[in-house]
Amino acid sequence: MAVAAQARSIEEQRKWEGSLDELRGLVSERAMTGETMLLNMGPHHPSTHGVLRLLLELDGEEIVTCLPDIGFLHTGIEKSLEDKSYEKALPLTDRMDYLSPMSNNMAYSCAVEKLLDLDVPERGQIIRVICLELARCASHLVWLGTHAIDMGAMSVLLYAFRERERVLGMFEMLSGQRMMSSYIRPGGVWRDVPAEFLPTIKQFLKDFPAKVDDYEALLTQNPIWKDRAQGVGVVEPDVALAHGMTGPALRGSGVNWDLRKAQPYSGYETYDFNVPLGEHGDVYDRYLIRIQEFRESMKILNQAVARLETVKGPYRSENRKYVPPLRSELGQSMEAVIHHFKLWTYGYDAPDDEIYSAIESPRGEIGCYIHGTGANKPRRVHFKTPSFIHISALPVMSSGYLLADMVAIIGSVDIVLGDCDR
Amino acid sequence: MEIPAARDPVSAARDAFDDAVLHVKQFRGETTLVVEPARLPEVLDFLRVSSGLVYNMLSDVSAVDYYPEDYGDEFDGDESDYRPGRFAVSYHILSMLYNRRLRVKVFAAEDDPRLPTATVVWPAANWLEREIADMMGITFDGHPDQRRLLMPDDWHGHPHRRDYPLGKETVAFSFNEAEIRKHKPFAQN
Repeated sequence: MAVAAQARSIEEQRKWEGSLDELRGLVSERAMTGETMLLNMGPHHPSTHGVLRLLLELDGEEIVTCLPDIGFLHTGIEKSLEDKSYEKALPLTDRMDYLSPMSNNMAYSCAVEKLLDLDVPERGQIIRVICLELARCASHLVWLGTHAIDMGAMSVLLYAFRERERVLGMFEMLSGQRMMSSYIRPGGVWRDVPAEFLPTIKQFLKDFPAKVDDYEALLTQNPIWKDRAQGVGVVEPDVALAHGMTGPALRGSGVNWDLRKAQPYSGYETYDFNVPLGEHGDVYDRYLIRIQEFRESMKILNQAVARLETVKGPYRSENRKYVPPLRSELGQSMEAVIHHFKLWTYGYDAPDDEIYSAIESPRGEIGCYIHGTGANKPRRVHFKTPSFIHISALPVMSSGYLLADMVAIIGSVDIVLGDCDR
Repeated sequence: MEIPAARDPVSAARDAFDDAVLHVKQFRGETTLVVEPARLPEVLDFLRVSSGLVYNMLSDVSAVDYYPEDYGDEFDGDESDYRPGRFAVSYHILSMLYNRRLRVKVFAAEDDPRLPTATVVWPAANWLEREIADMMGITFDGHPDQRRLLMPDDWHGHPHRRDYPLGKETVAFSFNEAEIRKHKPFAQN
């Protein structure tokens, strides 16, 4: 009786598992014979930073290979964009990488500006730089907290989120929204900075460097942290390039490539800052780079805030064929009413051609490919997102390391599943 | 170390593959090179390794569907209107050494669109092409992993095609439950 029950449960288990044959060629031959174990990690594992399923092939505790399974957060954003006019599509881009929505807005806006050949006034560019660098800080703070908590350092999360709350408070000041701000728009930004913004950001810039020192005091020389991070998840520079890795994950391997320096946008070429580089390409170097990026962002922010005080003028392009007029103009100008009506109902036509534009987000290169139709809606919008690329590179980063290192490796490349699945 | 002088990718590709370069387009400072699909891996590999070009990174692969409009006609000289097939796949490649980008584009036919894979040149193309195979329904011959990427494995159709019906999921009632379940073999217990 007991044997029969056991036999049935094995039978049922087999049925539930599906066939191994569909994994032939993707996992090693040893998995086919049962010599190595196939183990699911996720989709609801706390350290996969979202809904990511990894099918791990394990030889004891060592990872032979891993097959990432994504798509759990696929929301069809690219498809939805095809049904909206260019301006109205912007709020959807916030929802991709929900930890740095400003970068997505920027990637999309830059692409639309390139497609339309639209100008951005200087003040608009400065406000954009401030937003992007604040977004970089906010995103890195979430990364720092979650990465540390994954590796067992509980308290960093609370400190990191305390500072992040201040950045989100500033975003709320600017746009009325803490996270999904939709503040950066084609042609500039939505509105000028409010009066209380400058004192707030100045106070933040005064306080924040000491906080970064605190994080470093907790982690950088911590022997447990170093043990977990050094020599783990090593990526050689040529491997990183072949797999298309960008951002801190690429710079951790010592490749000096930052789009803010190499292909500057929004006036980044006029700011004085350094690009931190790693040497070993391991988890620890990627950690050091992001910590140093906090300090570089502070440098840029200090310069940008100083400029914001002197540079006056429009914060958004005054090309009324593409940018709606100010509310205050509507009472006085018939033309403004016409433009307002036209732009908020129909939108504007964009050429029937294609462009690709990329910016440096906290995670790496966000590229935006837009193919217009000649009318007010795009034919195709495609986002090349850093998390997508980095998850596809997880197998080469993790094979040969221990199962416990997987958590460190996932954390160190800073993935966001909304960004990956779109 | 002396860096060799940059070469023009268009003339270099024309010299090396005279018949494979079908069309060249400039728009907003971006160069697009339309090549013959069968020779795509060769051309990409040439652009990657040749001195003076060194497009060492694959930034993005994106596909576009020209569905409702005219495609497949005779080329009438209008630059933006060169569309010999319904689908187009663009490989955006980047040369870090010379700090410039290039788009290599191939067209695929409407019936049974097939293209050779670029994973042999860049491993980064693996998932980018899988996404296109899943969402656009273009088969990449020789691709090492032909499973769906974003959509569930039992999904019907390719959502990013322009003729994909936009609609909602049919609500299951007792009268149509069996019919719906037939289309979702993996969703059962």
